[in-house]
Amino acid sequence: MSQHTISPEISFASEHAGDTKHIWKTFWLLSLLTVLELGLGLAIYNIHKGEHPSAMLVLFFKGVVCILTIAKAYYIVSVFMHLGSEVRNMIMTIVVPLCLFIWFIIAFLWDGNSWKTMRNTDGGSRPNIEKVAPAAKEKGAKD
Amino acid sequence: MSTTAIPAGTKWWSGGKSPFNASYGKVMMWYFLMSDAFTFGAFLISYGTIRFSVNHWADPNEVFNAFPLAGHANLPLAFVSLMTFILIFSSVTMVLAVHEGHKMNRKGVEKYMILTILGGFAFLGCQAWEWTHLLTGEHISLLNDGTLGALPTTVKANPWGTELSNQAMLVALQKTPHEQLVTIASGLHHAGGEAHNISALSNAELISQITASGLHATNQGPIAFGGYFFGITGFHGFHVFSGVIINIVMYIKTKLGHFDQRGHYEMIEKAGLYWHFVDLVWVFVFLCFYLI
Repeated sequence: MSQHTISPEISFASEHAGDTKHIWKTFWLLSLLTVLELGLGLAIYNIHKGEHPSAMLVLFFKGVVCILTIAKAYYIVSVFMHLGSEVRNMIMTIVVPLCLFIWFIIAFLWDGNSWKTMRNTDGGSRPNIEKVAPAAKEKGAKD
Repeated sequence: MSTTAIPAGTKWWSGGKSPFNASYGKVMMWYFLMSDAFTFGAFLISYGTIRFSVNHWADPNEVFNAFPLAGHANLPLAFVSLMTFILIFSSVTMVLAVHEGHKMNRKGVEKYMILTILGGFAFLGCQAWEWTHLLTGEHISLLNDGTLGALPTTVKANPWGTELSNQAMLVALQKTPHEQLVTIASGLHHAGGEAHNISALSNAELISQITASGLHATNQGPIAFGGYFFGITGFHGFHVFSGVIINIVMYIKTKLGHFDQRGHYEMIEKAGLYWHFVDLVWVFVFLCFYLI
């Protein structure tokens, strides 16, 4: 098979299936996940429009959408990018460093939330700080 | 699914072979994509930090509810789902091109590369339309000088804040100069289809027209919204653009028979990795900006 000649680093060439069934299966799976996400997005929209929006329900739906997104990412990387068919060493050299994201996301969202807490408990000395941008302030001073 | 027949107990780390069983170019493409993932990740996470730090953020269903040629129809999520499906589909045609490459079928690779390139252009066109729509579409907001005026969504302006109370709106309207009142009132007539010589009306008449129309004005939202939206979707769009250029180069090289001479189509695989990564990033941009 011609694959043997690609490069000397490849000790065991992979044999590729002749049909494209698994590609289309993944396509339909990704489409289904996207449609589910859109459905949940519209549900969130309608909850917001309603009389008494339930914050817990919105948060729950948003959490489900995040999980569906991670599922989509898994299928794209595993099937379309063939990472799932590589040897374990190759998979680990990519996936292990990405674990940094676990700390990254938690730490920085926590930080943002702590800013909000400070903003809202500052004894009213900085009211509506998010509304007044530095550029706008300068402009206002000049006028 | 491609399978690799590897003898059990293969000693990957004892020298003499690559422990990753992949060519240098492919491994380095993966490492590049991993570092790029951290760049996009850092952008999206800093967006999350800012969003968590303020009390009110723009509702994506209000900001992104337009569709080309649909006028003022309220269609939340519609256009962005079209963009998402375009990108997923162009990802599929890319895998099919890689698949044809494994079979050394030059005609097949050419066909699917063309489809992938067209998908890339379609996505870029959609993004150009969406940017134009946001940058030119104006909404009535409380301006910094206390008057009411029309604001577009840019890196310096964000009209998507909390709703302005009727009381605050009346106060702001009293301070608003004539030309701004005319702009606001003509916007109302544009929507209602009624045409008058609006600029001839007095301020009091304009204000009563505006208040009678039930206009929803807003406070300005956090200024970071536009910067993050245009910055991150722009950086992603730039990746799509460079992906299209890479795919065009690959198409030309296929057409010239370079890969047939080389005996394998691995370059198509490497370009494919980049293209799928662009799709992967969009999945997260879609999540962070449009869905939640």
